[in-house]
Amino acid sequence: MAAFGSLSTRLTDSLAKLRTKGKLTPSDIDGTVREIRRALLDADVALDVVKDFCGRIRERALGAEVASSLNPAQQVVQIVNQELVAILGGDQRRLELAKTPPTIIMLAGLQGAGKTTLAGKLAKHLAGEGHTPILVAADLQRPNAVTQLEVVAGQAGVAVYAPEPGNGVGDPVKVARDGVALAKSRQHDIVIVDTAGRLGVDAELMQQAAKIRKAIDPDEVLFVIDAMIGQDAVATAKAFQEGVDFTGVVLTKLDGDARGGAALSIRGVTGRPILFASTGERLEDFEPFHPDRMASRILDLGDILTLIEQAQKSFDEEEARRVAEAMLTDSFTLEDFLKQLQQVRKAGNFKQMLGMLPGAKGLREAIDGFDEGEFARTEAIILSMTPRERKQSKILNGSRRLRIARGAGVTVTEVNQLMQRFDQAAKMMKTVAKGGMPNIPGMGPVPGAHGMGKRQPKQQVSKGKRSGNPAKRAAQPIEAPAQQGSVFGGGQAAPNLADMSPEDQAALQKMLGGGR
Amino acid sequence: MAQRWSISNALRGMFQRETITDDTWDDLETALITADFGPDIAEEVVEALRADVARLMIDDPRELKRMLRERLEERFAAYDPTLTLQERPAVILVVGVNGVGKTTTIGKLARLLSSHGQSVVVGAADTFRAAAVEQLATWAQRAGVEVVRPEREGQDPASVAFQTVERAKTGNIAMCIVDTAGRLQTKGGLMDELGKIRRVVEKQAPVSEVLLVLDATTGQNGVAQAQAFIEHAGVTGLVITKLDGSAKGGFVLAVQERTGIPIKLIGQGEGIDDLTGFTPHVFVEQLVG
Repeated sequence: MAAFGSLSTRLTDSLAKLRTKGKLTPSDIDGTVREIRRALLDADVALDVVKDFCGRIRERALGAEVASSLNPAQQVVQIVNQELVAILGGDQRRLELAKTPPTIIMLAGLQGAGKTTLAGKLAKHLAGEGHTPILVAADLQRPNAVTQLEVVAGQAGVAVYAPEPGNGVGDPVKVARDGVALAKSRQHDIVIVDTAGRLGVDAELMQQAAKIRKAIDPDEVLFVIDAMIGQDAVATAKAFQEGVDFTGVVLTKLDGDARGGAALSIRGVTGRPILFASTGERLEDFEPFHPDRMASRILDLGDILTLIEQAQKSFDEEEARRVAEAMLTDSFTLEDFLKQLQQVRKAGNFKQMLGMLPGAKGLREAIDGFDEGEFARTEAIILSMTPRERKQSKILNGSRRLRIARGAGVTVTEVNQLMQRFDQAAKMMKTVAKGGMPNIPGMGPVPGAHGMGKRQPKQQVSKGKRSGNPAKRAAQPIEAPAQQGSVFGGGQAAPNLADMSPEDQAALQKMLGGGR
Repeated sequence: MAQRWSISNALRGMFQRETITDDTWDDLETALITADFGPDIAEEVVEALRADVARLMIDDPRELKRMLRERLEERFAAYDPTLTLQERPAVILVVGVNGVGKTTTIGKLARLLSSHGQSVVVGAADTFRAAAVEQLATWAQRAGVEVVRPEREGQDPASVAFQTVERAKTGNIAMCIVDTAGRLQTKGGLMDELGKIRRVVEKQAPVSEVLLVLDATTGQNGVAQAQAFIEHAGVTGLVITKLDGSAKGGFVLAVQERTGIPIKLIGQGEGIDDLTGFTPHVFVEQLVG
């Protein structure tokens, strides 16, 4: 997949060139816009949409205030991101429920887009919100689509109406109509009608979909589309818009590595909002669509929001505040360190989190080399200490260290290394905290993340600095990935990560701050 | 209604012009990108044709169209599209991401092979997706071939594959096609499972073909799919499905060239007979018009 990675690298390169300059010249902008055009095409955004988009970027970049606090590259990235988010939906819309139940939802799309699976996911999602959905099996075309829907309904624990065996037998329009009538009589408040997959060029089947729509007068018609689709997204979306006039879009298979440019194409061409994203094979893998995240994905700027949100879920605000205070009062202990460590682990698969960072494609090798076992070893060492030792690390003499090493099943050297790193980290935190560098919750922005117009702070300084803000702290590996290896235990990954050039690190950091 | 799309429709304006101008090249690049060839190949083709046109001092757009057809055909024809099914039984594994039409392709392939007088058994090793086994059984019935089902729900797909090959050997059946569950190429565990299926099958008989099914509507992600499946399942041929839609599947050229794996079969419809071998000439003819 190197061929694909190189595109985001190229974009980063072209932005890196911009970074060294004080202001944007038209030729700078042209170069960058060309790379963006290519990146968008490689992400399968429809050509017309790309042209339109790049035109707007160029215009805005040319007219941009040069004196603004951002540097040129950040400015372009910001414009690109703003435009992407604007097209992708800006505001999100929720599913619109009918004033008088049942709410009728019809699913339509190409073959293999994932309609039947999505029906189950949607039903499960709605049932979880306290609704009583019923699935209607109106895909009588594909062999055993009916059986599949029945199984899926069983898994989701919802009712299903499947009067016809399918496999080409039965009238889907009648099934849909009867299904809605049944839902009314049985007081289901939501009806989800699964229909057969059809091609945009198949006039007959399109007609049938239109008939179903007319017969049941749905409140929402969801166009289900595979995130992997290429340039054909436009033709298909237009055909379905004319055929069944969908009200919303669902993107499926977003758990793959397709960049999902189709989302942009469909928004750009039909103007219909994307309501949901389907992200896996289990029925739970279903979530509301986030335009801002999709924007980052299409341009490979990383899914920072998801990262932050994920981290926030598992980081305990209270604990973070306490640690921050401890740092201020010079009493940051190994216990605090351990707790931080455990919180990071709780945040989930660390590799996965690293992978979500922008530019992470280039980091892939380093990420693969990252050894999560280091966490465990570091934890074991600290856990082998007595409470007193954890609080006053100064008392750790040779014999204590030997005991700890035995207890943790490591060598004394490893214990020594950990202590060294801890001392350094604690010292740096103290400096940072005392110097009033505001990376404590409620005390303002983190240097380097917000004041990004200027030169980046030296790597040395940022090394041990662990932000008190949970979200920021989670994102910190961006600033100096090397610190993961060094603070948590000299992992093999450290040299790899350190290999990353300062430019790359600066680029990562900049994306984080300047991207939105 | 979406129109059936071809490069020549997209280029109608261009071919009607008197001479070749800068607009011609823009139009051509647009058309190639719209056909999902991707920005790289589109650029390459345009550059190459541009050089030819300059060298041969051609001025007629119709001549350019012929050259475009030739150039694409030449690139598509660089690989051998024949299926190698000399072994007995000839074991064919069918793999791909979700929803590309694996099961349907197997139904059609079974029919194609049996209509050529071969005995065929299909194995329902997609034990994951709801009702996939029944779907395959229905196709098998339509094609008039035997089907090996899992003995119990959620059975290990590798063991179903094993039993299918075993059935082919004991029943003296010539062709043995094994369906597998769709999986996204990014799912490491599931990709490893494919390797396992392959290894288990090879204990019984060598695998003659591993066919990767690609959906013509797929965009540039198709190359990533192919690379991952080649790595894990040792793909030997590509099947392009859903070519009856408005998508042209230009990305398959990139797949073929980057991986060296030839396109072998083309699916263009929901009928059981809508599967044909890949002929570069016909394919390009349909594409360019």
